[in-house]
Formats: sequence, C-alpha cells, structure tokens
Amino acid sequence: MSNDTKTTPPPASSPAVDPRLLQRESGLSGYVSEFVRKVRGGDLGSLPVVVGLIVIWAVFSLNDGKYFAASTAEFIAYYMVGIGLLAVGLVFVLLLGEIDLSVGAVSGLAAAVYAVLSVNEHVDPWLSVLLTLLTGAAIGALHGFIFAKIGVPAFVVTLAGFLAWQGVMLWLLGSTGTINLDDKGLNHFLSGNSYFLGGDISGGYVLAVLAVASLLFGSLSEQARRRKAGVPFRPTSEIVLRAVLLAIGAFGAAYVLNQASGVPNALVIFLALLIVCDFVLRRTSYGRKIFAVGGNIEASRRAGISVPAIRISVYAISGTFAALGGLAIAGTTNAAGQAGADPNNLMMAIAAAVIGGTSLFGGRGRVWSALLGMLVIESINAGLYMLGLTLDIQYMITGGVLLAAVVVDSLSRRTQKSSGRA
Amino acid sequence: MTSAPVLALRGVSKRFGAVQALTDVELEVHAGEVVALVGDNGAGKSTLVKTIAGVHPIDDGQIEWEGRPVQINRPQDAQHLGVATVYQDLALCDNLDVVNNLFLGRELKRRGTLDEVAMEQRARELLDTLSIRIPSVRIPIASLSGGQRQVVAIARSLIGEPKVVILDEPTAALGVEQTAQVLDLVERLRERGLGVILISHNMADVRAVADTVAVLRLGRNNGTFPVQQTTQETIIAAITGATENAVTRRAARTAEAAK
Ligand SMILES: Nc1ncnc2c1ncn2[C@@H]1O[C@H](COP(=O)(O)OP(=O)(O)OP(=O)(O)O)[C@@H](O)[C@H]1O
Ligand SMILES: [Mg+2]
Repeated sequence: MSNDTKTTPPPASSPAVDPRLLQRESGLSGYVSEFVRKVRGGDLGSLPVVVGLIVIWAVFSLNDGKYFAASTAEFIAYYMVGIGLLAVGLVFVLLLGEIDLSVGAVSGLAAAVYAVLSVNEHVDPWLSVLLTLLTGAAIGALHGFIFAKIGVPAFVVTLAGFLAWQGVMLWLLGSTGTINLDDKGLNHFLSGNSYFLGGDISGGYVLAVLAVASLLFGSLSEQARRRKAGVPFRPTSEIVLRAVLLAIGAFGAAYVLNQASGVPNALVIFLALLIVCDFVLRRTSYGRKIFAVGGNIEASRRAGISVPAIRISVYAISGTFAALGGLAIAGTTNAAGQAGADPNNLMMAIAAAVIGGTSLFGGRGRVWSALLGMLVIESINAGLYMLGLTLDIQYMITGGVLLAAVVVDSLSRRTQKSSGRA
Repeated sequence: MTSAPVLALRGVSKRFGAVQALTDVELEVHAGEVVALVGDNGAGKSTLVKTIAGVHPIDDGQIEWEGRPVQINRPQDAQHLGVATVYQDLALCDNLDVVNNLFLGRELKRRGTLDEVAMEQRARELLDTLSIRIPSVRIPIASLSGGQRQVVAIARSLIGEPKVVILDEPTAALGVEQTAQVLDLVERLRERGLGVILISHNMADVRAVADTVAVLRLGRNNGTFPVQQTTQETIIAAITGATENAVTRRAARTAEAAK
C-alpha cells in the first residue's frame, strides 16, 4: 500500500484547520489509530456488537457443537427479519430521542388486518398488503399527532396504543383467535420456504457481488468528487479495507446460507429496506432534519424545520415498519394469531436498535443497528432454543441483554460528553 | 435615509405570562444601516430579536417589511422575508457537525440528495473569511469552544441571501482578533447594502460600527441616537435611566402630542 501516500488529504495550509487537530495519518495506520481514538472517546460504533457476537457464538458452540452449523445461520437469517423490521422503525423514533411502545401491538394488529382482508374478505393479496401498511402508517401518524400537536409525552401515547391496538387485534381475530394465511402475495415471499432465485447457489453470491461492487463504486466516485473539489477524502487504502471487510462478511454469509437452502427472500427484502432507509437518513434533507430534531428541538425550529411534521412523519414510518414486521412475523407461521402482539417482540426490537448502537438519547444512530442488534438477539435465541431452555430463562436473558445495551449506551454517552462529542 | 426602511416595528408588544417583556416598541432599519440595540440585562433585546425572527410571535403592533405590513408567526416566515438571525444562545445542534449546522434547513442539493461536497466547500470558504481556526468542519459542534461555536452561528446567518442580519451579542465569547473580524464583517454587510441589527453591551464596539443606537429600557424605547452626534454619556444615561435628557424628553413630548 505504498502508493497510498499520494492520496492523503490536501495540505493543512488552509487557515480553517487548527494545527492542534490530531490529523488522521495517511493509510491504514491512521485508520487504526483513529478507530482507537474514537473508542476511547466513547464512540463505540459497532464494537460492542462484534465483541458480543463473538462471545455469544463461542459460548453456545462450547455448550453444543451443533450450534455452529449452516442451519443455525439460516434460522437466524430468517427469524431476525420480523422483529428487525420493527427495530428499523424504532431507529427512526429513537433518533428523535423518543420511544414507540406500540410497535409490537401494531404489528400484531397489522397481521390480523391482513388476514381478515385477504382470507375472510378475499381482497387481492397485494392490495391487502397495501391497506395493511396504510393502516400501520395511519396508526403511527395518529400517535405522532397526539404527541406532537397535543403535547402528550410519546411514552404515554404509545403505551396507550400498546394496549388499545392489542384489543383491536383480539376483536378482529374473533373467537377462533387464529386465521391461517394463504401462500400468496407478499406472504409467499415472507414465508420460510421462499429463497432468492429459488434457492439457487448463485443467489447469495449475486447479492454479495452487488453489495461489494456498489460500496466500491460509491466510495470511489465520492472520493473522486471530493478530490476534485479540494476537500478531504477517504484514502484509497481505507476504501479497500472497508470493501474487503464487507466482502468477507457478504461472501461468508452467502457461502454459509448456501450450505443450507439459500438466502431467504424475507432477508433480501429486509436488506433492501435497510439500504433505502440508510439512504434517506444520511443523504436526504428529510433525514438530516430527523437528526437535527433529535439533537436540539429549539435549534431545529429556529432553522425553519417544522418539528411537528417531522415527529408525525417519523411515527408514521414507525407504524408502517411495525405493520410490515407484523406481516413478516405472521409469515413465519403462515398465520395471524394472538401471539402476534407478543410484548416480547417490542422488547427485542428496542433491544436490537440499542444493541446495534442507536442511542436512546436521540440524535445518534444508524438503521444498520437494527440488523446488527437482531443478529445478536437471534443468535441468543437460536442457542437457547437448541439448549431447550424454557421461556422463563429466555425472558430473563433477553431482559439482561437489553439492560446491558442500555448501560453501554448510557456509559458511552457519558464518555462522549466528557470528550466533547455529544 | 429617505427610502422606506427594510424592516420597521410599529408599537410592538410582547408578554410572557406575567412579564410584559416589550411595550410599544418602535424600531427602523434601513438598507445599508447598522442599528445598535442596547439596554441593560433583561431590557428585552433578545425578546425583540426573537419576535422579528418569528421565534415568539408578537402580541400587538405591526412589523413592516419594505413598507408593507407582514405577519411573522414562524421562523420560516422570517427566513423567507430574508431575515437571518444569530441568537444569543446560538441555537446549534450539538450532534451535527459544523457543515450540517451551517446549512441546517437550507441544505444544498444535487439530484435531490444532499450535496455534501459543495456544502463542505462553501463552509470552508465562509469560515476562512471569518479567519477562525476550527479543527475540522466535520467534527460535531459539541467539541468546539464557545467562541468557535459563536463564529459558526455567525457564519450560519450569512448562508442564503439575507437582507437583514440580526446579531444578538455576537462577540460576547470572542477574542480580540475574532471580535475585530466580526466588526469588519458587520461593515462589509453594510457595504453590501444589508440592514444590520447589532446587540452589544460593549460601547466601544457599538460606536465603532453602528450608525444609529436604539436604547431599550424595561421593555420600552428609551431614545434613538445617531452615533456620530451623540456622546457616550448620553447613551449610557438612556440605558440606565439615570438621568433624563433632551432626547427622551422630546420623545415624551411627541408621544404626548400624538395622543
Ligand atoms: N421565554 C420567556 N418566557 C418568559 N419570560 C421571558 C422569556 N424570554 C424572556 N423573558 C423575560 O423577558 C425579559 C426580557 O428578556 P430578554 O432576554 O429579552 O433580555 P435581554 O435584553 O436580551 O437581556 P440580556 O442583555 O441579559 O441578554 C426578561 O424579564 C425575561 O425574564
Ligand atoms: Mg439577550
């Protein structure tokens, strides 16, 4: 990587740069030392997740040799989607510094709405999906409206929603309590035996190639634009390193999933939505406004941002993802039932977002935390399932993990404050 | 100054619960004029600024923009008219970096998405003209010093094409060199034909750049003086209300006559 010395940021002669700034050194060593500095400063990023995953995998593998198998990976990849989608919506809400306790209930209700429409009323399955998502969006917008315009704390509004929407779900499901779904429309793609490219061995690799290629292309074209404009840019060595890390992850996952049945379509939908949401949050002015409101409400208002509009729309997004997550959860059993609104789902979704690195205090986080957090949680679930542990232990462990994540979040916020980063 | 003022307040009043923060305040700002707004702590200067900026809508009176009455109920209204404000409490988002704060609510876009490169470029140019050293335009505001934040807030008001710039104690946290830069900036704004309202407790700064001094006392006008023809004692007397002077007496007489 000796040729990378040419690609260091432009000279620090510009008066806007303080000579005391610990400039990132060029090349890989600079990348590593900056990483160490960030962690010291409380910006832990994905570090707790990676460490946590390794610990979890090690513990379960030592307990049961069968844990480290392609079928476990398949289990995790498929079962993380439903709650992962709830977590995506929650990331938006957490970025505002708020909470949505209703996502579990809304997801259960959405599954019931979809079941009643598509099975009982014989509405076209795709139209039913659309109506279900609109229901979720409307419920979220209602919560957002009561919070933003009437001023009821979001915690209370969504707690009321948590109970009320669960009631509506039970009423919709009627006395039988369960409605079996047809293998049609979106439900077909979300069910456990639907794989990308029909489970063909090329499917996973196609996705991996796409991911790595788009990362490389995106980073290099941004680097070129920045270089041309004379602003600091990422050195090529760092771009290559990131691409290599992603390639290891993506091709590794594709290989392992191919050992089982392939890449579940549910996972593909989840990943596609993550990319879209990441784009919205980081590249659009709407996303920027969400971060701004999460950072300083009054400053956002004075900057001309309509805070109520942002709040209502974010709760609508959360409601929509809750509905979609509900469809995915129903897809795992091909039925909409009373268990759809399991409060455990809510806890796990919050835990996933926080474990993945999105702060409860607002203004800091990424949608990828939904994916990372769900990897952790489903890895634990898969292990507990194998060990045949009962529900009581599962709840205790999930609760413990959530608490640990929140403690890490609070501690890192404290460190960030003392090192001037929050 | 024969043309209509860009911005004029006519009998503006504002109350917060039991506090009557502003009572019948009059203020005129012309294009190419620097009006210094002075007064003791709690006189109502920041409140006046916030009514113009749309943070607190006025209760009574009228705001005129280029001769026409306008409603300013929200910060957006003031922005659309062309009022840019540097608040005393700065109003920056700690979690966003310098570039994002500078362009908050006015992001530059390219094919519908944020144009980070262009924003970063503009930000560096702008900060260079204010000759401030900031470690990097990509670090969060939380890690800047008080003066650095103040300069970011000032730079923020220059983005977009304002016609009136309001600076609420812009140099309070600044060192000698940066204060001089801000005063230079105020003069440049005047040369460009902008109206400037400058709030400051520092009489030397006020006398150096202002054309007119408007004094607020306990939420009311207490005289408007042309800087060149007025002694510092007169202004200070008006601020503290220690003594009456010719101008206040005249103002009182004309008010009486108007009734
Ligand atoms: N949001 C508010 N709610 C209630 N009262 C307020 C509010 N803002 C200001 N006030 C009151 O209005 C009066 C004027 O305050 P203001 O901040 O305008 O003073 P100021 O002239 O800017 O003083 P300083 O020189 O200290 O900045 C004060 O008595 C203050 O207590
Ligand atoms: Mg003030």
